Amino acid sequence: MMTITEKILAKHAGKSKVEPGDNVWVDVDILMTHDVCGPPTIGIFKKQFGQNAKVWDKEKVVIIPDHYIFTKDKYANRNIDILREFAKEQDLPHYYDVGTERYKGVCHMALPEEGFTRPGEILFGTDSHTCTAGAFGEFATGIGNTDAAFILGTGKIWLRVPETMQFIFEDEIHPYVMAKDLILKIIGDIGVDGATYRAMNFAGDGVKALDMEGRMTLTNMVIEAGGKNGIIEPDEVTFKYLETRTDHAYEPVLNDFDAKYHSVRVYKSKDIEPMLAKPHSPDNKSTVFEMRNTQLTRAYIGSCTGGKISDFIAAARIIKDKPVKVDTFVVPATTEIAQGLDSVKIDGKSLKEIFLNAGAQIGEASCAACLGGPADTFGRLNNDEEICISTTNRNFPGRMGSKQAQVYLASPYTVAASAINGKITDPRDFF
Amino acid sequence: MSGMIKGKVFVLGENIDTDQMIPAEHLVYSLEDPEEKKFYGKFALSGVPATESGLPQGQIPFTAEGKFESDYKIIVASNNFGCGSSREHAPAALQIAGVQAVIATSYARIFYRNSVDGGFLIPYESKVDLSKEVSTNDKLEINEETSEVKNLTTGKTYQLNPLGSVSEIVKAGGIFKYARENGMMQ
Repeated sequence: MMTITEKILAKHAGKSKVEPGDNVWVDVDILMTHDVCGPPTIGIFKKQFGQNAKVWDKEKVVIIPDHYIFTKDKYANRNIDILREFAKEQDLPHYYDVGTERYKGVCHMALPEEGFTRPGEILFGTDSHTCTAGAFGEFATGIGNTDAAFILGTGKIWLRVPETMQFIFEDEIHPYVMAKDLILKIIGDIGVDGATYRAMNFAGDGVKALDMEGRMTLTNMVIEAGGKNGIIEPDEVTFKYLETRTDHAYEPVLNDFDAKYHSVRVYKSKDIEPMLAKPHSPDNKSTVFEMRNTQLTRAYIGSCTGGKISDFIAAARIIKDKPVKVDTFVVPATTEIAQGLDSVKIDGKSLKEIFLNAGAQIGEASCAACLGGPADTFGRLNNDEEICISTTNRNFPGRMGSKQAQVYLASPYTVAASAINGKITDPRDFF
Repeated sequence: MSGMIKGKVFVLGENIDTDQMIPAEHLVYSLEDPEEKKFYGKFALSGVPATESGLPQGQIPFTAEGKFESDYKIIVASNNFGCGSSREHAPAALQIAGVQAVIATSYARIFYRNSVDGGFLIPYESKVDLSKEVSTNDKLEINEETSEVKNLTTGKTYQLNPLGSVSEIVKAGGIFKYARENGMMQ
């Protein structure tokens, strides 16, 4: 009578059973870090375990620089050098270096592409959106540098077993509604601390009908409700995605039929319409319709939650053959997705052609302006007057640059429709 | 954990996320290099909008212009303190600025965990929302043994929640010291 999260934690703690509230020490399957938190993690690792210490298992350490890549900032560039040196010194096979063919881009999309997200496993990362990988039916969550350094040396960490909140979407969603609308609705309903310390399990036909990218949009944003991890039962859709990505064996885990939940919320998918998070909080909920005609200065399509190939296909379907009225920035999460912008076509035109013909600018695969970053970051909101609609996941003050700038979060359909009109626009106008 | 934490308090509202604690553009400085590290103290809480910085009146910089350390040793905030990104630079920046303890009605879990496991500061929880009770520049005194806080400016006393299951790690001064004290690593 355990949830997936409880079963995975029990197994990795060597116990037959755990209950919410138990503190357990678990064995870690994958530890991921990047250029912002990797260098301080390495610093703590060396200080605590010694200058010549080796990581606990080099097959289980994944280093993906993605945050501050295309910048002249000397400190940011120095941080990449630290990662490179460490990977060399430790002979790490899973390092994706900047400026090489191995360079990937945003870690949360690179991890599944490279086959590191597997059902039943435990994945930690030094980034709050590590929860994205829960879409594959594994326990995945973000940690800090100290915890990461501890794992790097020991392969273990302590955790409190979370209670699980169940979110069910009955029936399939409307064609103009995307996974982003579902998660914005949930966060708006429960608040930015509505799931603090808890697991969020997504279920129902509306979730089962989503592809892996849609599912990752849901789990990506559980941290925006304070959630510890998001999780979705693995199924044929999951296994099919993994077929081409990994040969690594894994053991899928499902919720027991009599698992105990903290709470159960049931949504009728047909009641969900295009949603927004207004400035300056992901739970500042509104429908797109309610805020229609709000003037914008910018549109942004990118990040781990809104820069996947399915997000660009959705946006391109709406933008095709129409010029954008505001500065529009397109940032593929990974280099594989960037290649997809070239190879995926709609009515004979590549996504890249569609965006460029519309007047949008395309950046290089990375986190880019999702989190502001150094002043020369592509798409960063450097002016206080900017009003941006974005497919990213966070809109607290200053998140994308200026702390006065306003950011609306929305689905790729809504951002594309709004870019064409220069004001907030319901995507139903284009269906 | 050794007695009293005494100092001036800086008051903030709800949902102070880690981008406000240390804006992303500043995450590039080394946390090892003593000279570079000082910048975290300079820019700590620099992402908080001016009207929300130092309540109730606002418009108070946490770290004074040209300084690398703050005058404030204690932060009082409302709910969900430390939400957003997992950057450990956030509790580190507050510590580098001179903060020893935070009192909030609730915390986001990664920030709470980082504060405790990294031994940066003590994250106290309070049932009463002290951000409505105390003012920036009041002098507070936290008794670590009794988890009681006294506002020396107004004379009022408040009870904070006991630290509970993390108190052993807080006492040890972080997860590495705790693990060594308990024979889990050398």
